[in-house]
Amino acid sequence: MDLFKQLRRGNPGDAIFKGLAVLFGLSLLFISGLVVFELWYQSSLSRGEFGWSVLWSTEWDPPGERFGALQFIYGTLVTALGALLLAGPIGIGIAAFLVEIAPRRVDRVVGIVVETLAAVPSVVYGLWGIFVLGPFLCSYVAPPLQAVLGWLPLFSGPCRSYSVFTATFILAIMILPTVAAISRDVIRAVPDAQREAMLALGATRWEMFSRAVLPYAKSGIVGAFALALGRAAGETMALAIIIGNAPRIFTSLFDQGATMASIIAANFANAGSAMFVSFLIELGLILFAITLIINVSARLLVWTVASGPSGGIRA
Amino acid sequence: MRIFGETKERMDKRQADRRQGAPGEREVQTRTAPAVERAQEMVVENLSAYYGNFKAITDVSMHIRPNKITALIGPSGCGKSTFIRTLNRMHEVAPGGRIEGRVLLDGEDIYARDVDPVRVRRRVGMVFQKPNPFPTMSIYDNVVAGLKLTRRRKKSELDEIVERTLRQAALWDEVKNKLSESGTSLSGGQQQRLCIARTLAVEPEVILMDEPASALDPISTQKIEDAMEELKERYTVVIVTHNMQQAARISDYTGFFYIENMGDPGRLWEFDETDKIFSNPGRKETEDYVTGRFG
Repeated sequence: MDLFKQLRRGNPGDAIFKGLAVLFGLSLLFISGLVVFELWYQSSLSRGEFGWSVLWSTEWDPPGERFGALQFIYGTLVTALGALLLAGPIGIGIAAFLVEIAPRRVDRVVGIVVETLAAVPSVVYGLWGIFVLGPFLCSYVAPPLQAVLGWLPLFSGPCRSYSVFTATFILAIMILPTVAAISRDVIRAVPDAQREAMLALGATRWEMFSRAVLPYAKSGIVGAFALALGRAAGETMALAIIIGNAPRIFTSLFDQGATMASIIAANFANAGSAMFVSFLIELGLILFAITLIINVSARLLVWTVASGPSGGIRA
Repeated sequence: MRIFGETKERMDKRQADRRQGAPGEREVQTRTAPAVERAQEMVVENLSAYYGNFKAITDVSMHIRPNKITALIGPSGCGKSTFIRTLNRMHEVAPGGRIEGRVLLDGEDIYARDVDPVRVRRRVGMVFQKPNPFPTMSIYDNVVAGLKLTRRRKKSELDEIVERTLRQAALWDEVKNKLSESGTSLSGGQQQRLCIARTLAVEPEVILMDEPASALDPISTQKIEDAMEELKERYTVVIVTHNMQQAARISDYTGFFYIENMGDPGRLWEFDETDKIFSNPGRKETEDYVTGRFG
C-alpha cells in the first residue's frame, strides 16, 4: 500500500527534478527581464531628456550633452545588411558544395574549418582587418569597383583601411560560418527522395539543387540569414577597431561611420558625463530592440514561407 | 494453381475486353493522347551493378518489350530495385554506384561514353516507392516540373498537358478543382498518381516503377493498376513489386530475381511470360516463391 501512496504523491526525486528544471527555465526569463529593466532604468536620464526624437536625431555633442541615435542605427543596419548581402550567397554556395558535391571526408574537414572560423575572437578579426584585409581591399578590390561604379555616391572618395567598406567585409567573414553551417544542416535535411524526383525528371544537378532542394530548404535558410543578421548587428569589437567611429550618416562606403555597438565600446570607458553614459545605455536598449525585431520578423517570415516542407507527406 | 485462379480469370476477361476493343474507351484514349507512339524496347546485356566494392547484382540479361508491362519480383534484397535504377542511370547517383555491361534503349547504349545521363532520364522516367511530390509546388506545378526543365511553353499547352497526364494517371476528377493547392495536401495514393502524371508529362519512352503501390491502400493500388493498364498502350512499363498477385494481374512478362546464398549478388533467376512464370515456372525456386513458400 505504501508503494501506491508514493506513486500517487509522486516520486520525491521527480518532484525535485521538476522543481529544478522549472527554476532554471524561469531563470532565463528572469535574466532577460533583468537586462531589459537595467537598460531601461539606467537610460532614464537620456530618455527623459530626448524622448522619442532620439531615434531620428543625428546630434552628437558630448560637451554640450546633446545626442541622437539615428547615425548609429543607420550604420548598424547598413553594415549588417551589406555583410549579409556578401555572406548570404557565399554561405549557401559553401553549403551546397559540402552537401551536394564534396566527398564525405572533405565535408568533415571543411566543417571543422568553418567551426574554427566561428570561434576566432572578434578582436583578432578586427586587427586582421586593419593590417591585412583593409590594405588588400584598397589595392585590389576598390580600384576596379570605383572604375565601374565610381559615379555612384556609394563608391566615391578615396579608399581607407578604417572604413565602412572594410568593416562590412570583416562582418561578412565573421557571419559566414553562421550562414554556411546552418544552411548546410538545413540543406542536408532535405530528403533524398526530393533530389531523386527531380533528377528522374531529367534535371541536371544544378536544376535539382535550384528547383527541388533550395525551395524545400528555403525557410531554414531564411532562419540562418536572420541569425546572421542579428549577429552582425550586435558585433562589437571588430567594428569598434575598423569602422572609425565617426558619428555621422555616411554616403560613401569608403567613409568612416559608426554602429551602435562600436560607439558604445569606443566611448563607454571615458564618457565624461552622466548624460553621456545614460545615452550610451539607451543605445544598448535600442540595439536590443532592433535585434529582437529582426529575430521576431524572421520567425514570422519562416512561418509564412514554411507552408510546404513542414506539412510533410501525408499517408 | 488455385491461388491464381481468380486473377487468371480476371486477366483473361481483360484480354478479351481488349480484343473486342471496348470501343468507347478507345476513342476517348486517342482523343486525349497525341498520336505519337514512343514506346521503345530495352535490351540489357550481362549487367552487373556495384555499390563501391559490393556487387549487388550480377550478369543480368533481359529483353524488355515495348508496349508491355514487365514485372520484376523476388525476395527482399535480391537487387530488383538496384536493377531498375540502372535502367535510367539513377543507380550511379548512389555513393559508389557503377555498372558493368550494357543497357540498350532502342539499340543505343545508354552507358556509352558520350551519353548524358540527364538525357537518358528524360527518355526513361521513374516513379518511386514512396510518393515524393515537391511540397513547395502546387499540384499543377508538380505536373509540369519536368517540362519546365527543357523549354518554355505556352500556358495553353501546359494546361492541355496537365489535364491529359492527370487523366492518364486517373487523378484528374479528384483534383481538377484544386490544381493550385499544394501537392502534399493530397492523400498518399493521390500523391503517387500525381507523381505518375509528373513522369508522364515529360513524354518518356519507358516508365520505371519501383514498388509504386507498396505504401498504398488497396483502393489506391487498384487505381494505379488501372492507370498502368492504359499506360502500356503508349509506353514500355517496368515495375518492381513485392506483391505477386499484382505482378500476375498486370504484367505481360515477369522476371524473378533471386540470391542463392547469403552475400552473393542477386541474379535474374528466370524471365518469361507472366503466364508461364506463374503457371509453369522453369525452376524450382521460382515455383517456391510464386506459390508463397518463401519470401
